[in-house]
Amino acid sequence: MSKTVISVRNLTKRFGNFTAVNNISFDVYRGEIFGFLGANGAGKTTAMRMLCGLSYPTSGSGTVAGFDITREGEMIKRHIGYMSQRFSLYNDLTVGENIKLFAAIYGLSKQNTGKRTDELLDRLNFSSERNTLVGSLPLGWKQKLAFAIATVHRPEVVFLDEPTSGVDPITRRQFWEMIYEAAEGGTTIFVTTHYMDEAEYCSRVSIMVDGEVRALDTPARLQQQFAAESMNEVFRTLARDAERGE
Amino acid sequence: MRTFIVLLQKEFTQIRRNSFLPKLIVAFPVIVMLIAPLLMTMDVRNVNVAIVDLDRSTTSHRIVSHIKASEYLSFVGATAEFDLALRDLEKGKVDVIVQIPNYFERDMAVATAEKISITANAVNAIKALIGTQYLVQTIARTVVELRGEKSPNQLSELVTVQNRFNPTLNYRHYMIPALMIMIFILMCGFLPALSIVGEKETGTMEQINVTPVSRLTFILSKLLPYWITGIFVLTMAMIVAHLVYGLIPVGSVGLIYFGAVLFILIISGFSLTVANFSDTMQQTMFVMFFFIMIFMLMSGLLTPIDSMPAWAQKITFILPPRYFVDILRSVYLKGTSFAEQWYNFAALGVFTVIFNILAAVTYRKQA
Repeated sequence: MSKTVISVRNLTKRFGNFTAVNNISFDVYRGEIFGFLGANGAGKTTAMRMLCGLSYPTSGSGTVAGFDITREGEMIKRHIGYMSQRFSLYNDLTVGENIKLFAAIYGLSKQNTGKRTDELLDRLNFSSERNTLVGSLPLGWKQKLAFAIATVHRPEVVFLDEPTSGVDPITRRQFWEMIYEAAEGGTTIFVTTHYMDEAEYCSRVSIMVDGEVRALDTPARLQQQFAAESMNEVFRTLARDAERGE
Repeated sequence: MRTFIVLLQKEFTQIRRNSFLPKLIVAFPVIVMLIAPLLMTMDVRNVNVAIVDLDRSTTSHRIVSHIKASEYLSFVGATAEFDLALRDLEKGKVDVIVQIPNYFERDMAVATAEKISITANAVNAIKALIGTQYLVQTIARTVVELRGEKSPNQLSELVTVQNRFNPTLNYRHYMIPALMIMIFILMCGFLPALSIVGEKETGTMEQINVTPVSRLTFILSKLLPYWITGIFVLTMAMIVAHLVYGLIPVGSVGLIYFGAVLFILIISGFSLTVANFSDTMQQTMFVMFFFIMIFMLMSGLLTPIDSMPAWAQKITFILPPRYFVDILRSVYLKGTSFAEQWYNFAALGVFTVIFNILAAVTYRKQA
């Protein structure tokens, strides 16, 4: 827990009268798997979009990979990977073409692209699917591919927005193995999820309620703090008071 | 540069894999150019004429035979009573009735003589108008002919009409450039907007926005395929116009392409601006449709701007197709040179800059 990769101070985002993210502050360190939890509508995605340079904060500040989130959005984008809530690779391109496209966008040279493509396909056991259209892959495979592509340029941080929703337990397991592998390689993982068993895999977890970060610590210490048996209980205790959401 | 090439490859691959788009790009201009000019014709043919000949003189016979000989007028029958002919007109069997009064031949030279009367069914105003014109011309020619025979040294033609640049007054030749412009608006206006908004809907746009790709690179990769499509479509349309309608541009082909390139840049910049403000395909379609209706109805594509009300004429100055319609028609039909059309090109240039700046400013990766 040495180098700070993400640092956020008093970050706020308002849409008209609605405060989606209210004055949040936290730090994320290099190599961590940072779980970003919260009920639907708690403001996770909005916060994440600000960190990725997709959305400007209304007030507050933050840095990602050493760059300012308000002024250096485009610099941040070179150093992060992002996997959104919705599957967003090109369904009408093949597995190989999708990898090639994003590799080129992230500035990989032609030779490196070839090497990296082989490496990724190999790790995914996808070598036989190189020329398959992405649209025809099952969801679990798509998500694994999306993660691989989000890390194609070996970014410092990868943002994953509910990467495993709708994915079967076996694929979910494999997915988390990939996350661990990336984290061991020094990539910081910033992940949102609704699965509490996944929350327990994280190095540290923050829980957002109504746009605010209500708790932030390791899963073990959070359970201790809230006198809970599991992360599930911790989450319920906190989310019970939520005023917005479903 | 590599990013741009790979992005461009991606666009072409996507167009190629689309089950519909490649067919549309090839078939649309050909079908429009083959069929639409046949439909969009204002030439009036087969005007049904009934004649009530009360005079029964050599002159009236001459008039009747000229009407019978006309390729535009078709002689339905002669009756002795106007009321009978009028009944046929009411039934729709007859479009125009010509009544030649008693003693027409005898009194022809007298100023107070009874005149030939023409009665037309004006429900179809264009047919009535043009049909009566044909009749007047035919009758006048007959009268002039007869006078000429009586006193050969008299000047035989009183009026001559000469239609320059479109000698047969063929409406098709007037419409073909307009059709080309409509194809442009649809291919280079609709398609890029739909392609971009499509990416917004599937979420890939956000994935692109979170990468370091520059806005210009991405946008150019989106537009370039449609620019190429536009030029391809123009070429196809010109070939069809030549092969099927024998219409060859009188003016410089280079000038046509130059105008077309400017117009494509304008319409794609416009399309991009619309896409930047839309989140769904439906929204894009409606907004594009709104503007395209105005473009089609107000830029002189279908009806002459000169006959619009003064306030509407003022509005046409802010519609870019107006200038291109003028360029394409005058270069195609009259062979006008750049020097005579420079103001239209200048206007297109200004719009190119405006719309593309607007498109660039309204596209944001971070909101």
